[in-house]
Amino acid sequence: MKTIFAGFAAMIVIALGAGYALDRAGFSTAEQSAGENVRLD
Amino acid sequence: MLRHFMALLTLLLLSAPGLVPVAAHAQGADTPAIDRSATGGAQTLEDIMRRQRGETIDDSFRSDNIGGNAVMAPGLGPLGGASDPELWRALRYNKADVTVSTGDDVGKVLMTDGGLKWLTWREGRLQIWGFWMVVGTAGGLLAFFLLRGRIRIDGELTGRTVTRFKAIERFGHWLLGISFLVLGATGLFVLFGRKYLAPVLGKEFNANLLAFSKVVHNNVAWAFMLGLIMVFVMWVVHNIPNRSDITWLRQYGGIIGSAHPPAKKFNAGQKMIFWSVVIFGAVISITGLSLLFPYRFVFLADVYALMNDWGLMALVGLEERFDMTAQEQMQMAQAWHAMAAFILMMIVTAHVYIGSIGMEGAFDAMGTGEVDEAWAHQHHSIWLDEVKAAEAGKTGEAKPSDATPAE
Repeated sequence: MKTIFAGFAAMIVIALGAGYALDRAGFSTAEQSAGENVRLD
Repeated sequence: MLRHFMALLTLLLLSAPGLVPVAAHAQGADTPAIDRSATGGAQTLEDIMRRQRGETIDDSFRSDNIGGNAVMAPGLGPLGGASDPELWRALRYNKADVTVSTGDDVGKVLMTDGGLKWLTWREGRLQIWGFWMVVGTAGGLLAFFLLRGRIRIDGELTGRTVTRFKAIERFGHWLLGISFLVLGATGLFVLFGRKYLAPVLGKEFNANLLAFSKVVHNNVAWAFMLGLIMVFVMWVVHNIPNRSDITWLRQYGGIIGSAHPPAKKFNAGQKMIFWSVVIFGAVISITGLSLLFPYRFVFLADVYALMNDWGLMALVGLEERFDMTAQEQMQMAQAWHAMAAFILMMIVTAHVYIGSIGMEGAFDAMGTGEVDEAWAHQHHSIWLDEVKAAEAGKTGEAKPSDATPAE
């Protein structure tokens, strides 16, 4: 059963990590679909 | 008796949608040609009506009527040999020479009718077929369970266990499996939410649920892809078809009947599951990547061209599409993504059934990794013999080294 929980935990960690990394790398939809002259924040 | 009656009832209920006649559009080769003499060759009411009825129409009389190429002819003004209507038709059919400030092909598409086709299909056939694929599989398995019952272990358990899957194998399996369940659920919310959840749960709740589902779906996708790669690397060697698969298939794997055909680490049924997961998982992953990075990973027009070169397009009844816009390629990516996902849902439902309530002792293989020797002998006898022979070999080698040297 430990591996089931490990798999579940890994899925959450990977998902959070991917979301954070892609956002930091400028892959958010907002940034991708906006030009340089658009202020997003 | 009651069990058999329940099985029959389940099958009858499942076949009910098939009994309802489906209205078919009369269209195709026998549709009479339209007389456009009254409009001087321009569009007629019948053209519009046929299009609105969803019939296949040949609109080349419009799409090809986009003016001449006498752009440089003197005295013809800025449009050259084309008139305003011809220019609008050129824009309508993406044949105009457009320059846009974004500089990419996506911005050059001003009008496309592919979107409406896709939307109609997504909200119609995809939802209906998808629903019945999932519900039909679950109902079929319920009927099978009522008829066949649980596949029991013959005789007594030995009490001795053998390691079926190592921790890393189980981790890869569960990473893939759990992420697929999450992706399946969130994907279904996104597909069915607006039509079926919003009227019941309210638009506000549905909007929040779908926004959350989209974020979860986009990010959990990476865990799914990692799990898929892990499972493929770890198990591909064990899933190459061999002669024992024929024996297994001839005896229906013991799932139907009471035979216990010999099998290696994976039997023919498991190999089919494995290759289905790999192939459909790969389709889902590649199309999913295209959807994750819209217009930056667009490839389906190339795939279609390749399929056409191999003669596969005609084989599966698809029309030749070489002029797909980037927008249409994104729509196609979603279509393949959803279709592959529904097929995989069917297969995984059957896999979950046989790995849990369908077969006694099967869950232990992925739960603790340890299975009883009686179970292993019944379902994977060749593999058990190989494991025992390997253990005996190790023990045989170990004994001399354990012995104290004579010196």
